Amino acid sequence: MADAAIEAQGLTKSFGDVRALDGIDLSAPAGSILGLLGPNGAGKTTAVRILTTLLPPDGGSGRVAGLDVVRDAAALRAQIGLAGQYAAVDENLTGFENLEMVGRLYHLGRRPAKERSRELLERFSLTDAADRLAKTYSGGMRRRLDLAAALVARPPVLFLDEPTTGLDPRSRLQLWETIEARVAAGTTVLLTTQYLDEADRLSDRIAVIDQGRVIAEGRPDELKSRVGGERLEVTLEEYAQEPAAIEALAPLTDERPKCEHGILVMPLSRGRGGIAEAVRRLDMANVGIADIAVRRPTLDDVFIQLTGHAAEEPADEDLEEAVA
Amino acid sequence: MSSLAYAVSDTAVVAKRNLLRIPRQPDLWVSFTIQPVLFVLLFVYVFGGAIQTPGYDDYVDFLMPGIIVQTMSFGGFVTALGLSDDLRKGLVDRFRSLPMARSAVLAGRTLADVATNTVSLALMIVVGLLVGFNFSSGPLEVVGGIGLLLLFGYAFSWVFAFIALNSSSSEGAQALGFMVIFPLTFASSAFVPPESMPSWLESFAKANPFSTVVDATRALFVDAPAGNDVWGAVAWSVGLIAVFAALSVYQYRRAVST
Repeated sequence: MADAAIEAQGLTKSFGDVRALDGIDLSAPAGSILGLLGPNGAGKTTAVRILTTLLPPDGGSGRVAGLDVVRDAAALRAQIGLAGQYAAVDENLTGFENLEMVGRLYHLGRRPAKERSRELLERFSLTDAADRLAKTYSGGMRRRLDLAAALVARPPVLFLDEPTTGLDPRSRLQLWETIEARVAAGTTVLLTTQYLDEADRLSDRIAVIDQGRVIAEGRPDELKSRVGGERLEVTLEEYAQEPAAIEALAPLTDERPKCEHGILVMPLSRGRGGIAEAVRRLDMANVGIADIAVRRPTLDDVFIQLTGHAAEEPADEDLEEAVA
Repeated sequence: MSSLAYAVSDTAVVAKRNLLRIPRQPDLWVSFTIQPVLFVLLFVYVFGGAIQTPGYDDYVDFLMPGIIVQTMSFGGFVTALGLSDDLRKGLVDRFRSLPMARSAVLAGRTLADVATNTVSLALMIVVGLLVGFNFSSGPLEVVGGIGLLLLFGYAFSWVFAFIALNSSSSEGAQALGFMVIFPLTFASSAFVPPESMPSWLESFAKANPFSTVVDATRALFVDAPAGNDVWGAVAWSVGLIAVFAALSVYQYRRAVST
């Protein structure tokens, strides 16, 4: 892909005996969001650090905005913005001073750096806090300031390393909207996250990473259909009613519902009534419901489905098989 | 702009950032203002009566050059604290992802210390004059002495930068720095004449570069016999800067790529 804004081929990186990246291929066309999804320690941050020139790769190659991460590192840095999970803002500077400093270091010039800082503070609803030290900011405000710093020079490519980890739902939503607005304006984004819903909402394509390898790649809907989409979980009042419950709900799904220890689990297919229809059918069959809920697939589900092991557990040998 | 012009402006931006932070950390400025003043008062009034300094009418004239040199050498701890903090909190990552000069993070950091050292130095001179210190040399010598002290302080900013880059925390960097530098400053001609020490320590104290710098400052401030000390002190300072700047830059590249 010649016009990919972010491209990695066979990236490898080891720290001592730990193989953090074991040959990763990534590609994001200009103006798209690529989500890197994986648990802690999967290699997401290492990939970001290599693509932002903070870390040299052991092997493979990476190109960002057409520039090589090793040979053209200096020129590449003028094309990127980086916002990290640790919110790298200077706590002892004000919001305005933080942005102005970053603007100067992007070589925007004295006046443009000031003007751009004010503009970003306004856009990120930080104008009232502009002259307060960043250490007085809430977690959400710090993340917004960190993201604003990444945007100071209007870079064509943006790297966001777990931008919403630890944020409350409202701040999370605000940040998502900001990121979407940037992409609408033509920016390419590489986003790492531990949350499937975040990757789902924002990404054009998702690469699932585990133990330094891409174990699945595709559009969010493709990936979710592999995991199985939404599932209905019904806790029955009596174990004895398992067969009746299975009969009642079978028409709602292509797979036969499974039932164990009084808990019935089945995939929810769109267009067949969902939870309301299930309740109606169970009621008609006189099956008592202790609890009923729709479960959306979580990162753990993706992992169990794709790798056969839970996200935080060490790998087993089935990995290749599960991907194939 | 040329890359050199960028390196200069980037260094200035980083130095400005480090200076902006200082008044906002009261615990920090206490340690380079009130603490050295306290040391002067303790030495003058507690030890002053007991320490014999042949050739000096008053202990304070002997002491001030020595205690100022010690204060200048400790001024670099601001770099040690700041740099460890930046490394751990991800600020260094942000700097390294920017199209700025690679040298500016360390150069801007150590240059900011020159400003805080100037404040410490001015304060110490004022306090020294208040407790009876007298400049007995000419104004040119005094200005030369101030220049030498700031140069020597700058050299120790690089020593502390190197220490910070080799420590896992700012507390560790500070402890290590004090452990290395305290004995060096005391086993010198800063507080007592080396002749009063046991002979093995006396030879160490006379070879100690701190003694060279202290003796040079005495020559420039109170007209003590200088010998080659002034040029020796300049040479030591420049040499320390060259060695520790090179080591720090090397360690910086290594520390941040793991």
